[in-house]
Amino acid sequence: MLARIKRFLGLGGKPEKQAKPIKPKDDESSQQEVEKVADKPRIGYIHLSGCSGDGMALTENYDILADLLTDMVDIVYGQTLVDVWYEDGNNQNNPQMIDDMPEMDLALVEGSVCLQDEHSMHELKKLREKSKLVCAFGSCAMNGCFTRFSRGGQQAQPKHEAFLPIGDIVQVDCAIPGCPVSPEIVAKTVVALINGDMDYLQPMLDIAGCTYNCGCDLQKNIVNKSLCTGCGTCAMACQTRAIDMREGRPEVNIDRCIKCGICYTHCPRSWFPAEQINKDLGL
Amino acid sequence: MVLGTYKEAVSARATDKQIQKVSQDGGIVTALLSYALDEGIIEGAVVAGPSEELWKPEPLVAMTSDEILSAAGTKYTFSPNVWALKKAVRQYGLEKVGTVAIPCQLQGIRKTQSYPFGTRFLADKLSLIVGIFCMENFPFASLETFISEKMKSSPEVTEKMDIGKGKFWINALGEDIGLPLKETHGYEQAGCNICPDYTAELADVSTGSVGSPDGWSTVLKRTEAGISIFDQAVEVGIIETKSMDDVKPGLPLLEKLAQGKKDNAKKESDSRRELGLPVPF
Repeated sequence: MLARIKRFLGLGGKPEKQAKPIKPKDDESSQQEVEKVADKPRIGYIHLSGCSGDGMALTENYDILADLLTDMVDIVYGQTLVDVWYEDGNNQNNPQMIDDMPEMDLALVEGSVCLQDEHSMHELKKLREKSKLVCAFGSCAMNGCFTRFSRGGQQAQPKHEAFLPIGDIVQVDCAIPGCPVSPEIVAKTVVALINGDMDYLQPMLDIAGCTYNCGCDLQKNIVNKSLCTGCGTCAMACQTRAIDMREGRPEVNIDRCIKCGICYTHCPRSWFPAEQINKDLGL
Repeated sequence: MVLGTYKEAVSARATDKQIQKVSQDGGIVTALLSYALDEGIIEGAVVAGPSEELWKPEPLVAMTSDEILSAAGTKYTFSPNVWALKKAVRQYGLEKVGTVAIPCQLQGIRKTQSYPFGTRFLADKLSLIVGIFCMENFPFASLETFISEKMKSSPEVTEKMDIGKGKFWINALGEDIGLPLKETHGYEQAGCNICPDYTAELADVSTGSVGSPDGWSTVLKRTEAGISIFDQAVEVGIIETKSMDDVKPGLPLLEKLAQGKKDNAKKESDSRRELGLPVPF
């Protein structure tokens, strides 16, 4: 099954670290290796002030989704995917509500957190206690993204004005930016997690501390630092087409930029995973 | 390795006379992309096509061999081809896309393939990337300076530009005019100064002028996909090859230039680091 996922990701045909297959014990008659994940990672998906776009990206791994959910991971917490959620004071009328959050190996957090929403704040802090790894899933959770423009004053909660990337409130271990994230990066991350491939995950760990992004990152951190070569990757990656290339340099339409950070993330001059690329290409 | 990982190096050229007439060197990029298009290996290719302004390329999603041919020849300034890959996949709906890329563009493309954070169902559609050797690139204004100020010519009458034998050449009104490369130094874009890749090490197939005689290209066959397409094109006679050992100046010169670029890049990177500036490689 892992092989199937790798084919789906275009990773087939190259020597790759496989997940450790479970070898049957010696006293068992069959010596055939069973390809099944031994300890399925327990994953939680929590939805704060987000649009569900990143959760939808996860489900867009059509070909492998059923296998992924059945054989490779246990989704133990989350409103949309498993109908399990937690509430202070425990509302007895709702059977899905639980009075304690389960332990998780990885918690995917979608959306930023509203300072004026007590429940969200509490759920996030609780999640931090219960999870080994907290992942900012999508740009809203990582760097605020579109919710950076929130300023309150609307019905039915005019006071709900302050939305922060989750890293401003709790320690975040890794981040997957994107608005939305791509289905492929979700699948690749899960495969890396199961394989214990920390080399692959390292960039996501490295950028976890970055809680502010904008199209101006390109000017400030790339062009101003004499790193730009006019390749156009930023403009290709921009999800709102806010970037034009003029005279070989990115020109950001700041009124169109939603501060998702994807341009800077994709720029080959912001960070460059040379070893991973050679491995993926079989070079 | 100074030329990156490759399976085989050959000297090659397109056999098509029409391609030979307009191509910069051996016409390998044009021939390979056209062949891949004809064979259905790709459905379209992003190339550096002509724009309204002479010698200023613009990324073009080419859907026919003629369009691919219209992009033949080197333009020594920016063509943000990576940008147009999205157009090829989204607007044109292509499932298999080919492109031509210089080393920094390959760095952006390959990084996107390994880490497709925000580029849903795009990176997996890039089927063939032909890389071209690149020592440095110039802002368009630098080219204007070379041609109009230093060589006292004009882009309108320029028919070909080339860098070779220590000079930046233009062919204008049937005459070759050369500008010593020393005079072009200081006009290249600064981002090139830290680039360690001369031979497009991350391409499926890389090609360029250095190492082979005029009218021929040096080709480095790298990935499985690249090797297979190139070998097919040779087999059907679209491309003819010679052993690299039989041509002058051959691989030693290519290795020397590639090593030189790496050394200079390292020197510049080190000096930037000393200033506390970020360097990605």
